[in-house]
This record gives sequence, C-alpha cells and structure tokens, in this order.
Amino acid sequence: MNIPAELKYTKSHEWLKAEADGSYAIGLTDYAQKQLGDIVFINLPAEGDTVTAGEAMADVESVKAVSDVFSPVTGTIAAVNEDLMDEPQQMNQAPYDAWIAKIGDVTATEELLSAKEYETFCSSAKE
Amino acid sequence: MASYVPSTKAERQTMLESLGLVSTAELYHDVPPAARVETLDLPEGKSELEVVDAITALAGKNQVFHSVFRGAGAYKHYIPAVVKAITSREEFVTAYTPYQAEISQGVLQSIFEYQTQICELTGMDVSNASVYDGATAAAEAVFMCQDRRRTGVLAAATANPQVLDVMRTYCESRGVPFTLLPAKDYAVDPDALAEQLKSGPACLFLQNPNYYGVLEDVQPAVDAAHAAGAKVILSVNPISLGLLKTPGEYGADIAVGEGQPLGLPMSFGGPYLGFMACKQPLMRKLPGRIVGQTTDSRGNRCFVLTLQAREQHIRREKASSNICSNEALCAMTASVYLAAMGPGGLRQAAESSASHAHYLAGQLSELGFGLKTSKPFFHEFLTDCPVNPELLCRKLEAKGILPGLPLESGILWCCTELNRKPQIDGLTAAIEEVLQDEAAV
Amino acid sequence: MKLLFERSRPGRGMEYLPACNTPPAEFAPGQLRNAPPRLPELSEVDLDRHYTELGKQTHGVNDGFYPLGSCTMKYNPRVNEALAALPGFSELHPLQPAETVQGALEVLYRTEKLLCEITGMTGMTMQPAAGAHGEYTGLLLIRRYHQSRGDMARTKIIVPDSAHGTNPASAAMAGFTVVSVPSNAQGGVDLDALREAVGPDTAGLMLTNPNTLGLFDPNILEITRIVHEAGGLCYYDGANLNAVMGHARPGNMGFDCVHVNLHKTFSTPHGGGGPGSGPVGCKAFLEQFLPEPRVRCVDGEYRFFTPKHSLGRVRSFYGNFAVVVRALAYILSLGRGGIPEAAENAVLNANYLMNRLAGHYDMACGHSSCMHEFVIDLSRLKAETGVTAMDVAKRLLDFGIHPPTMYFPLIVHEALMVEPTETESPETLDKAAELFLQIWQEAHDDPELLHTAPHTTPIGRPDEVAAARKPVVRYSFES
Repeated sequence: MNIPAELKYTKSHEWLKAEADGSYAIGLTDYAQKQLGDIVFINLPAEGDTVTAGEAMADVESVKAVSDVFSPVTGTIAAVNEDLMDEPQQMNQAPYDAWIAKIGDVTATEELLSAKEYETFCSSAKE
Repeated sequence: MASYVPSTKAERQTMLESLGLVSTAELYHDVPPAARVETLDLPEGKSELEVVDAITALAGKNQVFHSVFRGAGAYKHYIPAVVKAITSREEFVTAYTPYQAEISQGVLQSIFEYQTQICELTGMDVSNASVYDGATAAAEAVFMCQDRRRTGVLAAATANPQVLDVMRTYCESRGVPFTLLPAKDYAVDPDALAEQLKSGPACLFLQNPNYYGVLEDVQPAVDAAHAAGAKVILSVNPISLGLLKTPGEYGADIAVGEGQPLGLPMSFGGPYLGFMACKQPLMRKLPGRIVGQTTDSRGNRCFVLTLQAREQHIRREKASSNICSNEALCAMTASVYLAAMGPGGLRQAAESSASHAHYLAGQLSELGFGLKTSKPFFHEFLTDCPVNPELLCRKLEAKGILPGLPLESGILWCCTELNRKPQIDGLTAAIEEVLQDEAAV
Repeated sequence: MKLLFERSRPGRGMEYLPACNTPPAEFAPGQLRNAPPRLPELSEVDLDRHYTELGKQTHGVNDGFYPLGSCTMKYNPRVNEALAALPGFSELHPLQPAETVQGALEVLYRTEKLLCEITGMTGMTMQPAAGAHGEYTGLLLIRRYHQSRGDMARTKIIVPDSAHGTNPASAAMAGFTVVSVPSNAQGGVDLDALREAVGPDTAGLMLTNPNTLGLFDPNILEITRIVHEAGGLCYYDGANLNAVMGHARPGNMGFDCVHVNLHKTFSTPHGGGGPGSGPVGCKAFLEQFLPEPRVRCVDGEYRFFTPKHSLGRVRSFYGNFAVVVRALAYILSLGRGGIPEAAENAVLNANYLMNRLAGHYDMACGHSSCMHEFVIDLSRLKAETGVTAMDVAKRLLDFGIHPPTMYFPLIVHEALMVEPTETESPETLDKAAELFLQIWQEAHDDPELLHTAPHTTPIGRPDEVAAARKPVVRYSFES
C-alpha cells in the first residue's frame, strides 16, 4: 500500500498536504480508492464554500456506491480540481496527485495521523 | 373461484411433508395470535366469466363521449392501432425494471430511444426515463433547482391548478418556499414577475401553453429569471412541440410535462407519464432512472441503467428523490407513438388541433361566447358563456357531447385533431338548440 | 441492434391523420420552433419489427422463472388486461361530471373497501402512483397528524438498517431526519436499540413485515407498542404483503398506516418498471388528512369529496386508475378463499425451494424457514471459490432464469434474495433447485465459467463503469 511519508492523514482516509501559499490540498488515499473501486464521478465543492473539520465537503461515486469525503480542516475552499470532473479515474490511478480541493484560511484542524500512524490504522481496520 | 396457483392439493401436501410439516398454518408460526386474522370479510371468489360480467357492468355505468371538447390536463388524441399492439407484447408488459441488462436490452433500448425523442422534442440535452405524471415531474424539477445558496420556487398561477397543488404539497414537506406568481389577463403579469424575482427564488415555474390555453410571453420571462439568477422550469404540452418553440430554444433549464397526449388513453386520469429533461449541467440532479449506452464484454453496443449513485437505493436519505420506478410502459407507448407519427405526423396533429380550436373559437364567438382574452392560444381557450355554463354543459352532455370545462364563470374549450369540422359544427348546432330552448323558457 | 433513428429513412412514414379541413391557425414566427424534432421516419412494418426484435431481448414473466426477491413477480392474469382496456374505462376523461362516471367511482370505492379489509385499515387513497410514492404519502399523513396536535418536535423517522432504500429517501422527502436502527442476530428489529432510539422527537417507524430477510418479526406487537408509547406512529411498508394477506393484517399488528403495491401483491404487471400503484391506507384517526379527492357513497350515489384536513394532492387526478381496475378484478377473482391461499402458497414455495438449497448454500442469519422469500448468503462460497453473488446471478441467465435480487439487503454482504411467488409449479422449483446446485458445483470445479457468465444471452456483461464515467444518454445524430 502506498502511503507517502511527507503527507498527513485522517481516519476517514483523506490525505492532507501543506501548500506553499498556506493552504492545504486534500485528496483520497490509495487505501480509500482501493476500497471504493472504480470511481466514476465526484461532486466537488464550490470555490468560496466554507467547510468544517470532520464534515462532508464532497462525495465520490462508484457504480453502486457513494462515499463522503470529509474535510480534515475548517476553512474556505480556495480551489477545486476540475480535471476530476472529466477524469475521475485519476483518483484511482494516482491518488496522491489527484487533489480534490485546496482549503485556505484554516482555523481548525481535526486530529491528523502521520504516515506511520495511518499505516497502523489501516492494517488494524483490515483485520 | 379463480386461482392462479398451479400446484395441486396433493403436490402441496408432498411439499409440506418434505419440510416436515403437516399444514400450511405451521408456516405462520412467527405470527403472534393478536396479529392474525381468521377470515376476511371479502366476497367469495368468482370464476373468470363472473368477474368479466361484474367489471363490464361497472364499465357500463360510465358514459363514454365520442365528441370530447374538454382538455385541462388530459387530452383525447388519435392513437394509431400499432401503438397499442406493440405495447401489449407480454415481455414489455410483464418485465420488471431492467436491472439485469443482459436479458433486458429491449426495455433498456426503448428507454434510450424515448430519452432521445424527449430531448429532440424539448430541445434539451438529457432526459430521464420518466416519472409518475406531469405534476410530479414539475415538483421534482423544483427540487432539482434547490441548493445551499438559493431556495424557493416562483410558480405561475396560470399553470394547471392540479400541478400547482402537487408542487405545493411537495414543497411544504421539504421546506421549499412556494410563491404564486399572479396572473394578469390570463397570462403571467410581467410587473409582478420583476417584483417577485427580487426575493431571489431558486427557480421560476412557467407553463406554456398555460392552463387557459394562452401562449405566454415566454422569452422575456426566461430572460428576467436568468438575469435574477433563478433557473427556469418550463412545462409544455408535448403535442404542441410539433409546432411551437421548444424549452431549449427559449433557454429554459428544465423542461417537464404531462406525456399522456403521446399515445396514452385518458383512462380516467392514469396511468400517465411525466417527462423531464434538462440542460447538461443539471444532469446529475435529474431524479429517476436514466439509461446510458456502453459496450459489453464482447465489444457490442448495449444499454444499462446508469448514474445510479444519484438514486435512493444507493444514496438512501441523501438521494435527491425517493423515486424508484418510472412509467416504463407509458414511456414506451410515447416512444412508439412518436416513431409512428414521425416529425410530419406530429406536426400535423399539432396544426390540426390548433386549426380546429381556432375554427371553434370563431364559431362560438358568433354564438355570443366571447374569448376572455385576445392573447394567442394553441388548442385550448377560455370563453364567456351567455347562459349558466354548468347548465349548458349538462344539456350538451345529455346530447352525447362532452363540452369544455366550466371555469371562472366561462368555459375552457379544447380541440385536437379528432374534433374535425363536422363534429365542431355538430357542437355549435347543439349549443344553438340549447340557447333557443333557454330563450324560450 | 439498430436504433429507431438508424432505421429511419427521410420521407418514409404512415399518414395516420386526414388533411385538416379548417383554416390553418396563424402563429407569430417567434412562437414556432426553428427546426422539426428529429423523430424517426419509418414504415409501419419496420416500426413493428423493431419492437418485435426488442421484445425478443426482454425477459418477462412468461419467459420463465422470475424469482426476483422483494418484487413479487407473479403471473399477471390476462383477463385483467382486457378489463382495464374496456372503453368504458379507457375512454373516460378524468374531469367528466360525477354522474357520468359512476362505474369508475365505484371501482375506486370498492377497491378501497376491499383493500382496507385486507390490511385492517379504515380509509385509503388510490392517488399514489407507486410504492415509493405511497411511502411519501403515508409519511405526510404522519407529519400532518403531529402538526395537528401542535407536536412540532417530532422530526425523526426510525428505519431499520435492513430497509429498502426508498424508506429513508421517502422520509427525507417528507421533511424528516432518519434514524437507522440495527437488526438483531436473527435479522429482526433489535428491541433494545429501538427503545434507545425512540423519544419525544420520534415521529414514527417505517417497517416492512415480513422484512427484507423474509422474516416475520415475532416481536411485531412489542415493536409497535414501543413506538406508540413514545408517541410515534407506525408505518407499514406493504412490499411483502403477499406473504401474509388473509393470514395477518398490518392493522392487527399495530400499524397506523400502510401502503400496498398493487403491482406486486395484486398481480398487476410491472411494465418494465411501471406503471405501478401504491394506495395508502390508514386508521380512522388519520383519514381526515388523506389526499384529495376521495370517493364516498351517499344513497347509492358516488361522489368526490375533500377530507377535512387533507394534506393536498400528491398526483394529478385519482392515481393510476387502470391499474386499480386490474387489482379489483384480481381481488374479486380470488375472494375470501383465494387471497389467503395465494399467500400461503407463496410461503410454501419459498420454504420448499429454500429447503432444497439449504444443504449447499448458507441462508442469511442462519434461517431455516422463511416467509415468501429468503436470502442466500454467499460469503462462504466467495471465500472458498472466489465466486460472487453477481457471478451466480449472471450464470443463472444462461439457463433462462431471471436472477434473484442481488446485494440486498445491505446487511448481508453477498446476498441473493429469492422470491418464487405462488404462481410457480413444483416442477419449476425443482428445476431451479437443480440449476442452483449445478452452479454450486461449477463454482468449485470451474469458477472461471461463472466469472465470465453469462454466455448465452444476447449481450455479455456491460461495462457499467464506462457508462457512468462518460454518460451517453441519448442518440447522437451528428456521429
């Protein structure tokens, strides 16, 4: 399983990356995309939406399921990755390049895991 | 008593014994006594012949009018014989929803064809596989337009009142503000529209031709709504689209309507067919089933139910609608009707309906039934009535004619291609008789 | 197979209408469409053959065994079709005066009375056009009831986790929030969890009984009592009424309102996904809230009326009237004796088939008996052979059997839900059992045969991922 060491993670299987401009990029982990199977669509938030840590900010659809994407932070959507609308399979093929949204003006963060902690969490979830 | 259970008494006993049981009563061991019922107070079962007699007797208590000048939401059109013949095939009648695509290509392809025809008719990009009727289609369309930023619907009071009633019911339960846009001279009041759009509703709902048959001034209304940031739902009569400008050409976001005129009998109100089509950006908000094209494992083109993650069986309480079925057989009926009529036939139905209606309006005005408005109309129109409308209608009914609908102290008339000149002349002659009788009294 | 549009040839087509002999109506150019719709132009023979071909690629009830769980795919009697098509019904305008449609009103009135007797309710509306539409209507009744008492705090509807997806979706549409309660080990409602869930915010409970696992909940009286004591109402989802009609009644189980599916229990055809009909019945105290209009009989004359505190309309006119005619014919045919007979044979057939399969296949929650349907749990088969519920379902297609409902209820992971109905003979059940057992053997001997199934159908498995990623939902004339 691919869990890049430089990223932070949540127990709901999002990854989080600090950007140079102070915002955070959010995406779904390799573990999450494997669980979901072929992703066929993403409902993206709109730029300017406010999001709350621990609450749904987007959802992804496979053929027979839909799953929420939870925001790890409280802040404002600074950018969304519109490419995913046309090519949702990027989330399957390159989950750590396929950022969903960038969140700025972050005022709160939920409990985040390091790569090592996340790996432990996933292997315990599998049992 | 008719029974559709094939197994004989002896076979049932053998089956019970294989389960180690003596009687069928034992199958209900989990049912507590208080929940049981010993004998239902129902009539004894009947043979097929007796049932045919009983139901035929009920049908015989109804008066079938061959001369029908009433519309107001349900329309008597000519239905080519081939339509009923095709849609009576048992595979189409008895199949369930096409979840197993490998053995359901017939139903799936027919829905794909229906969706294409509805898009062509309305000038929209995407159609669903249909919903219950025109009224629920309108209500579901209102829900499609609601989002976190904007809520509410501004609904033209000139729309069909039953459609507005259903919309009101739906809106009330989901907390969607419902505002009625008042009419002026039997059409939308543009000043009221401009004023009410200021409150920022999510959408404008407009019917064209409207309930009174009037052709609304659609374009300025669409433009005003869009300028105010509201989406536009246009409800249309599908026959009229053989001739009239489409919702797509007007720039509407969603087109809905009652599909009954497309080859479905009036059947005392149902089953009917609600069609719904929208522009591409709203596709994922469209409720109900949608069929899409794909390829199978052998590389052939085929069709499947798609975009299912929108629907209740996956999204459950987060689904945009609870709708599970569509009106598939009615949608197929509409599709066969449209294919049989073709573009020329549909245009002819529209033109004949409008021509007959205008001829009737002329004849009636000579008898003192003035048009309530001088606005243009399609195949329905509202007139004054020189005598009590209810009384006139009763007398015409006694002569075997179903006249227009008594409404607003006048009468709402309708013509289709079936109301040909001799029939119209018959109507006006009958009216003259009634008027003379009344004058003599 | 070609599409209608690919068969079209410009200039072809029938003339079904005569030339118009009144002057043309004039319209302003701005009111006319710019180009005609691109409808197909076909000769009648081409049109007819097109649909004959489509019919051959459609599996209906008459094409073979159709044990689609939860859908009650029983035989659709032909006489009912003929009766619904009588001109005395099909040619009625819905806005004809009441005195000219006394027979139609009597159909609505008598069907209401008969269905009330079968369900143990006192009043009913025929307006809802489908089961989900009925659920919505029933929940609006519950909403109106609490509102009428000024009890505005009751905003939650309790739904078991084994419920159909329409239940939570209907609750949300009716303005409620949904509380999901877990099932117990047998698949019934967990009473402790239910006691925990109810409170002053409980508007009601939605329940299917027998439930989606084919279990008649033996605690049903306790379940409805718990909800009532908390001040909530109980809604009966009639999806599975076919198992118990004539033997047990929702009214006797403690339910306050109910919908029935005429297209399941009362033999009206499914039409490839509709039209159905979902009448909603209720106990006397809720009748005042029913949708308008209703029908009553005064001195032998039938009239429409609006209930005192009607919730309004949920559909135009009176619902799917022609479907109601079929259901009335069916109930009159079966009558007092035939209704319970149909139910008990539905249950007998399900138990018989379940018993034939039980030596090989695992039953969900370890059930050894069922009501009208049962759920096979293929988790063990999948672990042992890699063969999934989907694979087994697709293999059944090769033998002309419509597969059971797959992957439902959601609480069983590799579920196949089997509902034979009462209109299947023992030979059909025996044949189906043999095929199920053959497939079991194939799963162990040659799993690839199942992974690649079906092999004999008009098409192979469709690529649903491609269909959803790049939706093509209409024919493109440009390509």
